[in-house]
Amino acid sequence: MTEPTVFQLSSPGRHGFDVPASDVPDFTLPESFVRQDLPLPEMSELDVVRHFTHLSQKNYAIDLGFYPLGSCTMKYNPKINEVTSRLSGFANTHPLQPLDTVQGNLYLMYTLQEWLKEISGFAGVTLMPAAGAHGELTGMLIIQKYHKDRGDIKRKRILIPDSAHGTNPASSAMIGMEIVPLSSDARGNVDLEALKALCDENLAGLMLTNPNTLGLFDEHVEQVIQLVHAAGGLVYGDGANLNALLGIVRPGDLGFDVMHFNLHKTFSTPHGGGGPGSGPVAVCQKLVDFLPDPVISVVEAGTEEVAPLYGYAHPAKSIGRVKTYHGHFGMLVRAFTYIAMHGTDGLRDIAEKAVLNANYMMHRLKSTYTLSYDRTCMHEFVLEGVWKDLPGIHALDIAKRLMDYKFHPPTNYFPLIVHEALMIEPTETESLDTLDAFCDALLKIAEEARTQPELLHDAPHNTPVRRCDELKAAKDLVLCCYPLEELQK
Amino acid sequence: MFTPHSDYDVEVMLKSIGIEKLEDLFKEIPERFRFPGLNLPPRMTEMEASDELESIAASNGTTKDMLSFLGAGAYDHYIPAAVDMLLRRGEFYTAYTPYQPEISQGTLQAIFEYQSLICTLTGMDVSNASHYDGATAAAEAVILAWHHFRGKRGKVLVSRAVNPQYRQVIRTYMQATDNLTIAGDDAETGLDPNLDKFIAQIDNNTALVLVQYPDFFGRIVDYRPLIEAAHAQGALVAVAVNPTALGILTPPGEIGADIVVGEGQPLGIPLSFGGPYLGLFAVKEPLLRKIAGRIVGETVDVEGQLAYVLTLTAREQHIRRDKATSNICSNQGLMTLASAIYLTLLGKEGFRKLSNLCYQKAHYAAGEVSEVPGFSLAFPDQPFYHEFVVRAEQPVDEVLEHLRGHDILGGYDLGEDYPELKGCLLMAVTEKINKADIDYLKGALSEVDHD
Amino acid sequence: MLFPKDLKYQKTDEWVKVENGIATIGISDYAQDSLSDIVYVEFAVDPGDSVEAGANLATIESVKAAAEVLFPVSGTVLEINEGLADKPEILNSDPYGAAWLVKVKVADETELAGLLDSEAYEAYCQER
Repeated sequence: MTEPTVFQLSSPGRHGFDVPASDVPDFTLPESFVRQDLPLPEMSELDVVRHFTHLSQKNYAIDLGFYPLGSCTMKYNPKINEVTSRLSGFANTHPLQPLDTVQGNLYLMYTLQEWLKEISGFAGVTLMPAAGAHGELTGMLIIQKYHKDRGDIKRKRILIPDSAHGTNPASSAMIGMEIVPLSSDARGNVDLEALKALCDENLAGLMLTNPNTLGLFDEHVEQVIQLVHAAGGLVYGDGANLNALLGIVRPGDLGFDVMHFNLHKTFSTPHGGGGPGSGPVAVCQKLVDFLPDPVISVVEAGTEEVAPLYGYAHPAKSIGRVKTYHGHFGMLVRAFTYIAMHGTDGLRDIAEKAVLNANYMMHRLKSTYTLSYDRTCMHEFVLEGVWKDLPGIHALDIAKRLMDYKFHPPTNYFPLIVHEALMIEPTETESLDTLDAFCDALLKIAEEARTQPELLHDAPHNTPVRRCDELKAAKDLVLCCYPLEELQK
Repeated sequence: MFTPHSDYDVEVMLKSIGIEKLEDLFKEIPERFRFPGLNLPPRMTEMEASDELESIAASNGTTKDMLSFLGAGAYDHYIPAAVDMLLRRGEFYTAYTPYQPEISQGTLQAIFEYQSLICTLTGMDVSNASHYDGATAAAEAVILAWHHFRGKRGKVLVSRAVNPQYRQVIRTYMQATDNLTIAGDDAETGLDPNLDKFIAQIDNNTALVLVQYPDFFGRIVDYRPLIEAAHAQGALVAVAVNPTALGILTPPGEIGADIVVGEGQPLGIPLSFGGPYLGLFAVKEPLLRKIAGRIVGETVDVEGQLAYVLTLTAREQHIRRDKATSNICSNQGLMTLASAIYLTLLGKEGFRKLSNLCYQKAHYAAGEVSEVPGFSLAFPDQPFYHEFVVRAEQPVDEVLEHLRGHDILGGYDLGEDYPELKGCLLMAVTEKINKADIDYLKGALSEVDHD
Repeated sequence: MLFPKDLKYQKTDEWVKVENGIATIGISDYAQDSLSDIVYVEFAVDPGDSVEAGANLATIESVKAAAEVLFPVSGTVLEINEGLADKPEILNSDPYGAAWLVKVKVADETELAGLLDSEAYEAYCQER
């Protein structure tokens, strides 16, 4: 059942939210600036509420079911986060308020900075970046400026494994770096020989996701980092897969120089249908001066009686500001709540159960689906969604059929180095029953692929809409509701 | 905490995998770094965490317990109850990016409606599904213009009356682009709203001209001559807007803007100490393929039913990788929903009325404040929307301190960002401020000691 | 799959036909088949530009992919096929005919020696 758009539901003269009357004298806007026409929809409040409620009912969400999306870490979004982030003391603070009126906010941000440093093993943190990709941009700008500041301007080359998420090369390209792909070896690690050949005086750095997008912990990670360092380069850590490492190992200890966090992955802040995220960045000591301006710091040390005074510091060689104000404060409150509730033991428990869940599923599925790399996986693993003897079946078909079983499909066609990839990440908040139900569904689908392939090709059958014509969407571009005047004809 | 595993579950699973204990899963981690004890406070239950966060929040002063005239890019508007109630639906906020359209029609249609509402508001042809905030949207406009001319035009002109933080972010983003100069916002070119010196710098090496509407000081400027001059030189024009103002002001799309960017926070999004906010980004049709970020389009499914999908995805990072013009992946998702609900709830009449109310109250406030001895309007002859600049004889920090004594947040001290406006204060007035509040402000200002 | 004999090819899937010092360039049948439904072409050059072999000629977008087209020869761009803007789908239906991309005045005809003939290109496509 198609839900009409707000423009179609609109009816002239309908009336929603009441704006109070003016209690001041009238002032006239100069005629030349007066807007003639504002064809926004006209609906009653009830109709607006019904409309958006109807829309919500067409969505799949974590609150409804399992999302085994590799590298997305679709864990449960705790409800308490939604309460704490909405507290009036947080929600009603303006970003430019005087310091003494927002010490609570600054304390929260400073403490979160310290916690993230501790969790990851780094010396400095910025909470400003708005998302993972934004954090990558920030981190790469830091690396670039570090080299430039030392007069090392020849270093323009960034090595990026062929399994990397698309934002990695995109972020580096945005700032004019030269991207060189790095191949993986047969066990899914960075190919050391290939790396050695590229370590020269033009090397600015390496962007490494560890565990990588195959869910594998690089067996030579320390050596990889040492090789890059020896050549004068820096190592950027894409922290999307941090869920596997909480309390297990700290990227800073392994030698990474800078990394970003995805609070909307590892630290449970909700995905919101595509955002907002939050992508703090942590750096080693020698990069602290390059952090975005400002960072939260202690401006006056505390004593036994008096709390410290928190404020803004301006890193001496800062890359500059990367967005307005201080970052996605509302998401920082959620992450703070989450970490406070977990503590050291709780964080380690997250990683252990996330990795346990993934390995359990991998073992249940590996005899039916081809496993690209037969190693202990971390929090995710990759299967191939094809069988040599069934040329008509693709990962896409399996993904679509899963929706009939009321599951969101895993990530497909990524990473690019696996043929017809299905990347599965259960996260730690899913129970054994859910994991078994999902594995059962995948095994059933494997059977269906042989006996009733049309079920896969025509899938999904039971969803609000069925397979969509993406070619038509790209060719006959309709990106906007029709103007109101047209609809009213 | 949220891990559901019983001891029995763990036993079953370990057995199925064929290992003895959980630690065996981590043998590949270098031993000397394995299992670091993290120095974090002991874990808390939900009840304890709730207490802790409440205590932290309570230590702040807010726009609820102080009378606030702070604006400068973030505005305190009333958010209708229905907005947050709808946002709290788990189907919306715990949903993923709508890559599987069959089970994401709610999110997709909401974004499609958001895109349409923004086009209606700004007078543009196509909107994307958002950028992070107004500043990063402005930076993406600069990147768009740079690529549009394939790097052959090396100058971007940015007005000094554009929000200083936007200009900082643009420079951060473009710092590695050799052959590109960001210019026009120096003190010499200045703040003159008739823009002569600024317009004089537009030439055939200019890729983009960026202005703000209303500008950072709340002033309403007629950009038609500037747009004409820019187009005569083949340059693109981007206008950064405050969306509330577009309830009563002629939208930039109608006067020839090629790109509109802006901060959508005033549209149903709380102040929340600076984020998450909403970056607006809309263009005229010829630039549609150059737009970064996600876009939702209309199509049909295999049964001919109307459906919405992410489209033009070949531009994005997951396909173009190092050839993508932007790296954006996550955007502001839930915030676009908030603004769509807000705009629909207020609707045609409500939004216009609200927009007008801010205008009226700000003009009353400006009049009252300028009547107080020692205070005058810095730009008395310039039309303005809901912000205005007050020049004080007394040092601004002393004025603000005095107002604090009356539980008033007086506004934003412009002296640091604009040396030529030392001694000036930027004040914003929204619909939340009453006549009585303004009279109270006037009373407090009258007490400021003038030696 | 078609591999017209009178054309030269590159491993990056462009074809070239040279007549009287003017090279007409397009993408091969193999390329359009890999991309599938093409929805947009964005040229990276204008008539009058000097170009080097290997430089970016255009970007072709399909629903799920995008590909760079590279110049197989150096020279000066004479003409770009404006007709593709409205009907990008002809790249799928007629890649060797109506869907030519650019015409270039060749700077150095010896560059053509490095290109593949129809048989060599076909063999290359078969082993991919």
